[in-house]
Amino acid sequence: MSAHDLNGALPHEPEKATLEGRNKILGFWLFLGAETVLFGTLFSSYLALRHNIGDGPPASELFKLPTVFAATMILLTSSLMSVFAVQALHQKKVKPMIGWLVATIVLGLGFLGLEIYEFTEYIHEGHKMPTSAFSSSFYTLVGFHGAHVAFGVLWIGLLILQIMKKGLTVVTAPKIYVSAIYWHFIDVVWVFIFTVVYLMGKVG
Amino acid sequence: MTAHAHAHAHPVKRYRGLMDWLTTVDHKKIGILYLIAGALFFLVGGLEAVLIRIQLIKPMNNFVGADTFNELLTMHGTTMIFLAAMPMLFAMMNAVIPLQIGARDVAFPFLNALGFWTFFFGGLLLNISWFAGNVPDAGWTSYVPLAGPTYNAGHGVDYYVLGLQIAGIGTLLGGINFMATIINMRAPGMSFMRMPMFTWAIFITSALIVFAFPVLTVGLVALMFDRLFQANFFETTSGGSTVLWEHVFWVFGHPEVYILILPAFGIISEVVSTFSRKRLFGYSSMVFATILIAFLGFMVWAHHMFTTGLGPVANGLFSIATMLIAVPTGVKIFNWLFTLWGGSIKFTTAALFGIGFIPTFTMGGVTGVMLAAAPADYQYHDTYFVVAHFHYVIVGGLINGIFAGLFYWWPKMFGRTLNETLGKWFFWTFYIGFHLTFFVQHFLGLIGMPRRVWTYLPNQGFDTMNVVSTIGAFLMGIGTILLLINVVITSFKKKDAANDPWEDGRSLEWSIPSPPPEYNFKQIPLVRGYDAWWKEKMEGKKEMTPSEPVGPIHMPSPSILPFVMSVGLFIAGFGFMYDKLYLAIGGIAVTLICMLLRSVFDDHGFHISEEEQEKGVHA
Repeated sequence: MSAHDLNGALPHEPEKATLEGRNKILGFWLFLGAETVLFGTLFSSYLALRHNIGDGPPASELFKLPTVFAATMILLTSSLMSVFAVQALHQKKVKPMIGWLVATIVLGLGFLGLEIYEFTEYIHEGHKMPTSAFSSSFYTLVGFHGAHVAFGVLWIGLLILQIMKKGLTVVTAPKIYVSAIYWHFIDVVWVFIFTVVYLMGKVG
Repeated sequence: MTAHAHAHAHPVKRYRGLMDWLTTVDHKKIGILYLIAGALFFLVGGLEAVLIRIQLIKPMNNFVGADTFNELLTMHGTTMIFLAAMPMLFAMMNAVIPLQIGARDVAFPFLNALGFWTFFFGGLLLNISWFAGNVPDAGWTSYVPLAGPTYNAGHGVDYYVLGLQIAGIGTLLGGINFMATIINMRAPGMSFMRMPMFTWAIFITSALIVFAFPVLTVGLVALMFDRLFQANFFETTSGGSTVLWEHVFWVFGHPEVYILILPAFGIISEVVSTFSRKRLFGYSSMVFATILIAFLGFMVWAHHMFTTGLGPVANGLFSIATMLIAVPTGVKIFNWLFTLWGGSIKFTTAALFGIGFIPTFTMGGVTGVMLAAAPADYQYHDTYFVVAHFHYVIVGGLINGIFAGLFYWWPKMFGRTLNETLGKWFFWTFYIGFHLTFFVQHFLGLIGMPRRVWTYLPNQGFDTMNVVSTIGAFLMGIGTILLLINVVITSFKKKDAANDPWEDGRSLEWSIPSPPPEYNFKQIPLVRGYDAWWKEKMEGKKEMTPSEPVGPIHMPSPSILPFVMSVGLFIAGFGFMYDKLYLAIGGIAVTLICMLLRSVFDDHGFHISEEEQEKGVHA
């Protein structure tokens, strides 16, 4: 671990400066490959079951596009904040980076709040986990995504604390970088959920 | 990396005895742990097989009863696939891959330990079902609705779902780890097309794991939600689909077959080439064939579902795709034969298993092509013909491969060579036992004996062949006992294995001591061609050309966290199963807190100085 050899000056692209950092980034991309398959399977199950609504309300009556659209915009903006954070990382500006990261998780929390509100509404309308195959696969797919967002918020929150304590080093830089990739990945999954679940649900 | 090392020497607690094994992040020790755990589960699964065969020795037998038979059948399949075969492969991956690519460890030593412990506790959870009196009994494929809450109300299938889920985490971590290791950690000069065939096989296998296991994760989650939270994925009365489970299971399950057999292909390539004392014939075509098999392996899953009723177009396409796999597989078979051709073959035990593999596996492949013909499959489906087929592939292929690899790499793992005379006795009893058990099952299937039944009526022509099959199973059992005796005897021998105990080793692992020191390579070698070590030997060199000067070596610190994290998941598993929310949350919390600790406290590792290297710090 050559982290400690670098007295003061951070190298260019500090996240890729050490073999550990490069391993972490490569390993994380591979992990996201696995995550893609995971969500792909959840999407396939949802697509196979989405018309089997049983006695529950149909998707076209259930989904409220304005709320979902707002949630989409919040999450997309959050992803943008995370891009700015990585740019700040590359310019080795620690304070702005922390600022962008805080903005990322605040927006992430906003998204989660909207999702929880949305789910409680659905439950009031008789759309619960045991209602139908549609409802089960809906909650599993969208809930898995929500859980990923929640984990990301906790993770990036923890990283902010670590940066404040340890500063930006070749050990902490890969962590920030990897969490940003994760956050973008979640965002991409949401774009698919917005299209496949909500828009297609509205159309029929 | 080493220049300033002394200025930052961090004192690290080094454990001894049991604590050493619980905290180790050394790939060689993790390999041994995988081997021990895998072998234990192999014995459990083998015992289950013997009980199954005793029950079937005569018609209308009542040795175990129908319920127990279903449990034995389910647990035998699940244990052998997930808890015996895969861990023994992981044992060899761990023991050999970093050595073959000239690395000091895997890319993520901590994750490597975590992978082992999650597998171990997942397997333990599954097997505790025997003591809890609720054993999974819906078959290793756990088809719904049989495995659903309506027809399987007890906790049996819950053990299957949660045990495999936890063990699956470990497998996925292993897949990511070995892919990253092979991409990033190869020694200077080792290009992809200079990698040993075993490394190639593991690289492709790891890719299969990364892209296939998440599908199983989702299937198990869906089944768990159906069973525990009244979800309706597979509940047809509420709009669910039972065929969905079949798809999800086999989209995972077919690549899983290749996850099992590709590493065996890799082992056989090494063993056949070493003991023929020839370069592997058609190396590049071997690599290409491996990739092609893996690629096609993802698009043949529905051949397990020909009788489900997907229609003639789907059946036709999957039929053709399945037959296509025979082409790259045939390339491999002929390459092995051409490697043997004209070689000066040494018939060691490893070579016997390697050479025995070729005709046995080919037979399994031929019945595979028979099964791939969809109309014919309507006849074979759910008969003993299928049982014979997949045991020829898995035991005749994979297990022969594992035994070849064990005898071959045992001196590298333990510093002692297994007894060859006992080894040959073991080979012949096991090999003959295997063919006795399963050859007749082809014909049992063709004359109509269904699989998965706990007994059968007399005078249908089944009786004699079932007796033969059971005798064969006992022979395999005796063979396994011979192997155990061999292991015990060998462990009392002196640790005297040479660096290159077969004298014909070709790849980098044979250029370093047996067992290697904990840092593997004192100096990372420079690789100058395929069969790197053989090339140096042929030029009269006694050791590899180093690619770096001697210096202090950085090592990762041991950690108890992987063990504790897995215990957390294990506890959470029970919490979910028995509706104890505090246990479920508590268990998950233990795991998350460990993750937090791992993130907050950086691992600085420690350095092994040159003086310590002179003393030889042995694993």
